[in-house]
Amino acid sequence: MLDAIKFYQTGSKTVGNRLLNPSMRSNQASESRPNTLISGHRACQGCGEALGARYAIDAAMRATNGQLMIANATGCLEVFSTPYPESAWRLPWIHSLFGNAAAVGSGLAVAARVRAKKAGNTNVPRVIAQGGDGGTTDIGFGPLSGMFERNDDVLYICYDNGAYMNTGVQRSSATPPAARTATTQLVGSEPGADWGKGKNVPLIAMAHGIPYVATASVADLRDLEYKVQKAMSYHGARYIQILVPCPLGWGCASSSTVTVARLAMETGFYPIFEAEYGKVTSVRKITQKQPVINFLKLQRRYAHLTGKKGDPKVLARIQAMCDENIKSFGLIGDEVPETVPVAIQALERNQTV
Amino acid sequence: MMNKSFAATLNPATSLANKTGSWRTLRPINVFKLPPCNKQCPAGENIQQWLYFAGEGDYEHAWRVLTENNPLPACMGRVCYHTCESKCNRGFLDESVGINSVERFLGDYAIEHNLSFKKPTRETGKRVLIIGSGPAGLSAAYQLRRFGHTVHILEMAAEPGGMMRYGIPVYRLPRNILDAEIKRLTDMGITIECNHKVEDILKEKEEGHYDAVILGMGASISTNVDIPQGDTTHVLNALTVLGDIASHTDIEVGRRVAVYGGGNTAVDVARSLRRLGAEPIIVYRRNRDKMPANEEEMDGAIEEGIQVKWLSTITNAQKDSLKIEKMKLNDQGWPEPTGEYEDLPADAVVLAIGQNVDLSVCKKVEGLQTEKDAVTIDKETMQTTVAGIFAAGDMVPGTRTVTAAIGMGKHAARGVNAYLKGEVYKRAEKHEDAKFEDMHPWYYTDAPKTVRPQLELARRTQTFDEVQHGLTEENAIFEARRCLSCGNCMECDNCYGVCPDSAVIKLGPGKGYEFNYDYCKGCGVCAQECPCGHIKMVPEKI
Ligand SMILES: Cc1ncc(C[n+]2csc(CCOP(=O)(O)OP(=O)(O)O)c2C)c(N)n1
Ligand code: SF4
Ligand SMILES: [Mg+2]
Repeated sequence: MLDAIKFYQTGSKTVGNRLLNPSMRSNQASESRPNTLISGHRACQGCGEALGARYAIDAAMRATNGQLMIANATGCLEVFSTPYPESAWRLPWIHSLFGNAAAVGSGLAVAARVRAKKAGNTNVPRVIAQGGDGGTTDIGFGPLSGMFERNDDVLYICYDNGAYMNTGVQRSSATPPAARTATTQLVGSEPGADWGKGKNVPLIAMAHGIPYVATASVADLRDLEYKVQKAMSYHGARYIQILVPCPLGWGCASSSTVTVARLAMETGFYPIFEAEYGKVTSVRKITQKQPVINFLKLQRRYAHLTGKKGDPKVLARIQAMCDENIKSFGLIGDEVPETVPVAIQALERNQTV
Repeated sequence: MMNKSFAATLNPATSLANKTGSWRTLRPINVFKLPPCNKQCPAGENIQQWLYFAGEGDYEHAWRVLTENNPLPACMGRVCYHTCESKCNRGFLDESVGINSVERFLGDYAIEHNLSFKKPTRETGKRVLIIGSGPAGLSAAYQLRRFGHTVHILEMAAEPGGMMRYGIPVYRLPRNILDAEIKRLTDMGITIECNHKVEDILKEKEEGHYDAVILGMGASISTNVDIPQGDTTHVLNALTVLGDIASHTDIEVGRRVAVYGGGNTAVDVARSLRRLGAEPIIVYRRNRDKMPANEEEMDGAIEEGIQVKWLSTITNAQKDSLKIEKMKLNDQGWPEPTGEYEDLPADAVVLAIGQNVDLSVCKKVEGLQTEKDAVTIDKETMQTTVAGIFAAGDMVPGTRTVTAAIGMGKHAARGVNAYLKGEVYKRAEKHEDAKFEDMHPWYYTDAPKTVRPQLELARRTQTFDEVQHGLTEENAIFEARRCLSCGNCMECDNCYGVCPDSAVIKLGPGKGYEFNYDYCKGCGVCAQECPCGHIKMVPEKI
């Protein structure tokens, strides 16, 4: 999609570029970007979630010409952006409960349609529902599946930082194996989060046969903007899951947010792909493959693996998990997987990794 | 008062009231680092900056930035040994940027488009005499003229240019290019008087009412070694040979010519003779590794079929052969005689051992200190031991290349300018180095270096046509855009994009960015993601 940009100095990977014509630059490069999540919010230094949310919602604003509203589940994003009565959001935004953002989104979408119809207006505002991985993959999962199943006209965005960060880093079903959290301490023979637990919500979303499902990362802005834009071109239920590193919960330097996210992509730890109507249609290829240790060693939640006392067998297992991702999602090479990739958890449970 | 919903008592407000800048312990600042190319350039060119404008296709602006330090880009784009490229950070990634070829492109562009230098806005009325119109003299004249001084150059040869005209072969520097760049200087009001050999420096200074003098006479005498010879052999010196070829495009030397020496002059002589139909053979006492000649030039010579006798010295010259003694290198890499001899058929020998400065005229000036083959100067101001007399180029200790001469000429001019104002010139302090480790290689895509087309081998051994050809515009832009912009902003918007707090303000094209310290929390993501190492986190004063 970006192959057309032949630009030798910084490639197409930088946010913008003075040498490109403005229409080819990213949305974030524009001086007049909407900045839907404005300064003064209380997110930690280097918060990946704050960054990912601005990237995504700014892109959606552009795609909908500003006709957009948001339902936001409880979690860091809600707490840091909107301590009553202040808000960092600059668009209609409603705080739902922890578990019902998808349901509130569905309701908003219906209400918007009805109001527009009553007013004789054909321009129906669009709706985004969003939340953290805890609010999405755990407590909000029922409403989310319902929204998918009814194909309600909502884009659901999950900001995946791999744990319940706002309440002090408890494990969620999106926490990767072996990671240390407040509830998966370094005890027992397999310290950190359990192997063979958790779920792959993007694949589950695809199983609903909804029009659009994608994963994205704060380390690839252009890919992220493209996916949000594309999602908004569909009507019906859509799902985007964005990897947003949390310096506090992951134990990485606040400056490393984008770097860690990049390594998650480049190691195969976090496959970035998109699927339309249940079928994978494109995969973000790894640009410079790296061993997973490079990703792990930047984070204190994996310090027990990367330090001197680290168990090489566990490391090898995580590497095998990445290799499996590379294979089943086709993260290297030209192909796009023909069949739906198998969730990595299946392999863990099957003890093949 | 707006209508509030149930249980709401406060009006909605914006988070902008919350100045998160108070959280900061580290503060991002923009630093301007010294790119390795700029640091290496003997002429002190601001390479990164002119590549920046060249990459935008604004060639005139690029040329103007370039010529702030070097008035002869079309010449230098041809004859400079571009040591900058060996230091280029892009070399760590794929291949160094072809800086020299872009320089040439800009130089040629300026000639083609008749670009001229701006005349000084104000005349100071001060008069400066420059002796010698080689690269050092021309560079000094140009810089002095920019300051508004009146500049007059005295040249002993028939035409200006020094070694660029009488030393460098035409296949490396076509003379119409040299003429065009010199004309641009005289158009600025610099006057050049040829066929005027200076015999008495002080007398010229007094009679011409000059306020200062710059000596730039170069090293114009070929170094001699004593080779016992029968009276029929031809032993010539390199400068005479090159000078004759430059002036008459032909010379009588014979077929088999031994060129004695391993420097650039030896290679220039050999390649020139090859073009006249001779079969030159370079005789050098050390091996290729130790050879001082530029590698690309030497590769060219070998491609053209020039033979080399390594580890050899000439001990004796007969009518049509030379006696050669084989050498071997000792532990320090110096050649030692082996006592083994052989004969080498040759009709003539050209000595290209080195060049010396003609110090006789300098020695006539009272108090003007000289040293071995050079005039003593203050390294900072380029002033000799006599007030008001400065020197630059091959006459002073240092590297003897055209580029170095241009750099020295510039500094001498600044030294003179300060002197004329009753001040002492101090060179600007250097910025900290832009190291490859400070860069973010992930953001740069691979792009191989554009190779300049070369004259077909067969043709170039017969003619003095230029060997290196220029880049097309498309290639020049490609090449310029390969620059990583080490240590300096290239407006990629990364800092503006990656700030989770929207605390970087974009000021618009050409204006860069500003940090909004009211909200910047000091997370450091911008610094870590800046591709060119232009942002530094410094401790906040608390
Ligand atoms: C029903 C309910 N249970 C628990 C909470 C407490 N709570 C608030 S935020 C949060 C964690 C949010 O985690 P996640 O959804 O992953 O978002 P993050 O903070 O990581 O962005 C929890 C448990 C709540 N608000 N409501
Ligand atoms: S705890 Fe993590 S997710 Fe929450 S504001 Fe801090 S960095 Fe962001
Ligand atoms: Mg979370």
